[in-house]
Parts: sequence; structure tokens; C-alpha cells
Amino acid sequence: MKKYFDSFLQYRFLLSELVKKGIRLKYRRSYLGIFWSLLEPLLTMIVLTIVFGTLLGRGDDKTFPVYILSGRLLYNYFSGATKSALTSIQKNASMIKKVYVPKYLYTVSGILYNYIIFLISLIVLVAVAAVMGVKPTVYLLQAPLALLVLLLLATGIGMILATLGVFFRDLEYLWSVALMLIMYTCAIFYPVDRLIKSGWAWILKYNPLFCTIDVFRCAVFGRPMNMHYFLYALGFGAVTTVIGVIIFRKKQDEFILHL
Amino acid sequence: MGEKAIVLKHVGMKFNLSKEKTDSIKDYFIKFVKRELQYNEFWALKDVTFSVEKGDRVGVLGLNGAGKSTLLKVIAGVFKPTEGTVSHKGKIAPLLELGAGFDKEYTGKENIYLYGAVLGYSKRFIDEKYEEIVAFSELGEFIDVPVKNYSSGMRSRLGFSIATVVNPKILILDEVLSVGDARFRKKSERKIKNMFDRGVTVLFVSHSLAQVERLCNKAMILEQGRLVAYGDIEQVAPVYREMLDKCEDKSLIPRRKRRRKKKKICIDMDGVSENGEQRNSKEKE
Repeated sequence: MKKYFDSFLQYRFLLSELVKKGIRLKYRRSYLGIFWSLLEPLLTMIVLTIVFGTLLGRGDDKTFPVYILSGRLLYNYFSGATKSALTSIQKNASMIKKVYVPKYLYTVSGILYNYIIFLISLIVLVAVAAVMGVKPTVYLLQAPLALLVLLLLATGIGMILATLGVFFRDLEYLWSVALMLIMYTCAIFYPVDRLIKSGWAWILKYNPLFCTIDVFRCAVFGRPMNMHYFLYALGFGAVTTVIGVIIFRKKQDEFILHL
Repeated sequence: MGEKAIVLKHVGMKFNLSKEKTDSIKDYFIKFVKRELQYNEFWALKDVTFSVEKGDRVGVLGLNGAGKSTLLKVIAGVFKPTEGTVSHKGKIAPLLELGAGFDKEYTGKENIYLYGAVLGYSKRFIDEKYEEIVAFSELGEFIDVPVKNYSSGMRSRLGFSIATVVNPKILILDEVLSVGDARFRKKSERKIKNMFDRGVTVLFVSHSLAQVERLCNKAMILEQGRLVAYGDIEQVAPVYREMLDKCEDKSLIPRRKRRRKKKKICIDMDGVSENGEQRNSKEKE
């Protein structure tokens, strides 16, 4: 255990360099740079509000944009982080083939730099909530819990995908289909009660990402969170992280033979 | 006998060469069901045991595909050996395919920090040595240009400058002494010679026997993943020369069988033979 901690300390600088690289390169050569991480969710929120607000007859509900934005931001992070984790080993193949570095650094750095961009983009949510008159309450203190669970989920599933992705290149395409399915079962742009009434509520309840989003939304809209949802998502995140770390460690020496 | 810098014990490295790659789940599944999941096992290294003493400069000789690069990568820690153990003392500076690890979108300056971090340098160390790296690479104002716009010479010059700014205990060279133009080549050879003088332990792969004879005091020959000779360069060089001659004979005049008596290779295999190992263990006691 101590050995791993020492090696982590030794490579701390590399991890921070890799995270910096991810953030820097994401918006390099675009005129607005990092502002895109604010502008992009804002623009998609407007589109989704117009489309689904009118479609579902919620055009007069002023808090609907906040509802959409909170769901979309969390989902977007999850999708971006897991996608980057999935290809992290292949993308750094040239480095891995030359110099020894603990390989999890490449995977973890992708998950972390996406997280930092995600945290920055939360500014948009604060601004939109202020404009739309969603006032902060004491329940906002639940928000960090949801954000931590989200990171845990992305890390766990990311580590599993990173390991499998080395051996099966198909996973990249399969996962983007799976992500679409996850998106539709996260209640991002439709109200939850509609689905619950239809008898398909279990789809939501068993989706850990939806549970996380729900906990986060409760914090934003000033309601106590659903304890079951929180514990389920936390447990799911913890279990996948343990599994992810174990299989990653078991298989990491074989990665290089498949690059 | 001095201190051991690198010790390899019964190292083997196995690769699975499947003729068709099973990279997709469908393929894997079909083959799994049909039980066709067979691999051609290929041992790039087999039962390699040797040790290098501190300050030794060892040339690694062998024909193409003899396992030279694999050996260096095993020592550098890039490959984990299938069997056996590798241990080394002190920091290793691997000079393998310079500049291949750069990020193309990154500028030269950013790559110095990134590549330095990969090689395990600290931020403070790179801050201190930054000027020196830039000066040695002779990149001038190109240092703020993305690496994708560099010429291959510029790229390897930068790679060489970053990798050699440390004072490593062990230096691994894979035919990198041919970096850049003639002038830079001289400069880099001088820098490496300087490191030699400081008593660094060197593993050096080259096809040029002359170069190995010039730079190294010891040499080893690999043949199909096995260590066939290891000892002082004066003793190993003639063996290698004879090996090369034989290969040429075979390829040029395949029909005429030259019946030479097979000479047994008897060279002092320091730390390799059982006697040697016993000697070592006694010394430790």
C-alpha cells in the first residue's frame, strides 16, 4: 500500500501535467477557448428547452431550463469522462511503448480533466438558476455529495472500460450506443413523473446516473434528497471502482502486447 | 568486482502471435465457441541471465529479430517479463526512439514539461534545466511552435536534449547516436562520451560492430532470444564477426555446404555461469 502511495507522490507532477494537457488541448485554436465549456451547455440548453418545452407543454414553466441544464451537465461529464477513459490507453500507446509510467495515470488524468471542465461549466447553472429565479436553499449542501458520487461512478466505469477497451476495440462503438441508452433513461429533458406514472419507473431507479442526477436536482431545487437513490448510486460507484481497479491492475502488464 | 547495476535472472518474454488478430468481441466469441483461440507462442527472450557492473558499457549485438530491443525494453520496465526477474540500481534514462512520445499539438516548451514528467523529473528540476535543454536542442524561437510543425531532426534533437539533461546512473541507448545532422551528431556523441566519463552504466544496441568496439568495454550477443556470449569486447567481437560471416555464407551460397567444425564458444561469462553466481554470493557474504 505504501509503495503505491510513494509511486503516486512520485508521479503527482506527471498527473498534473496530463490533466493540464487535457484542458489546454481541448479548446486550443478555438477563438473562445475555455469559454466554450460555458457556452456549449448554455446553447444546448436553449435548444432542448425550445424543443422539449413546447413538445411536452412545459413552455410556461420557468424552472424547466434549470431542470434540463442540471441533468445535461452531469450526463455530459459522465459521457465525456468514460469515453476518454475508454480510449486512454490506446491514445497514449506511443508513450506507453517507450517509457515506464504507471498506466492508470493516463486513464485517471482523462477522468480528472473532464471533471475540472465540468466544475467550471457549473457556473452556467448558477447563472441560469439566478436568472430563472431558482433560489439557493440549505439543501444545496447536498450538491457536493452528488458531485462526489458522480466522480466515483465515472472512475469506476472508466477503469473497467479502459481495461476492456484495450482488448476489444469494438467497445468504443458499443459504448456510444450504451451512452445513448443511458441518456434516455436519465430523465434529462422530460419530467420524471411522466415515466413513473407509466410503470417504467424501475428503469430510472436502477440507473445509478439518474439517481445521482436526481440527488443533484433535489439540491438545486431545495428538496431533501431521496436517500435510497443516494445510497444506491454511492454503492454502485464504490463497487465499480473496486472492480475497475482490480481488473485494471491484473491486466495492465498485458496492455502493451495489444497496442 | 564492483557493484551490480543491473541484474537479470532467467528472464523470458513471451508474445502471442496470432495470425488473425482477435480484437473484436465477435471474432473472440466465434473463436471461443469454435475453440480456435490458439496463439503461436513466440519467445522473444528465453532464459536470459546476466548482470552488469556499475560503470560497464555493454554493447548488445545480434541480428535483426534477435531480441535486442525487447531486452532493452524489459530492462527499462516497459515490458514486464513473462518469467524471471529484473532489478536495477539507480535512475535509468531510456533513449529509445527519441521524440516519439511527444504530443504533436503541444509546443516544444510544453513538451519539455510533459516529457520531463513522463521521465520522472520534478517540476523544479525542469524549471532549473529548461534553459539548458532549449540551448542544447538549438531550437531557438521554434520552442513555442507546436511540435507537429517540427522537422524530424528538430524533434529528435529536442528528445535527445530532454532525455540527456539528467545524470542517470544507467543509460539505455537504442541506436540513437545518429540524431540530426553531422554537427549535432558530433555534439550528441560528445555529450554521451561525457556521461561515459562520469562512470554511467551503459547498455548500447547497435548493428555497427565498429561503433560498439569504439564505445563499449563489454558486449553480449543475442541469438533468437538467447544469450550466446557475454564478456569483454575483445573476446566477443571475433565471435560476432564469425557469426556474421556464417550468415553471409548461408545466404549467398546456400548450396555449397561449408563444413566447418563448430567451435564452442568459451568466454568468461561473468556472473552468468554457475561458478560465477556462486562467486557473487560468496562476495555478498
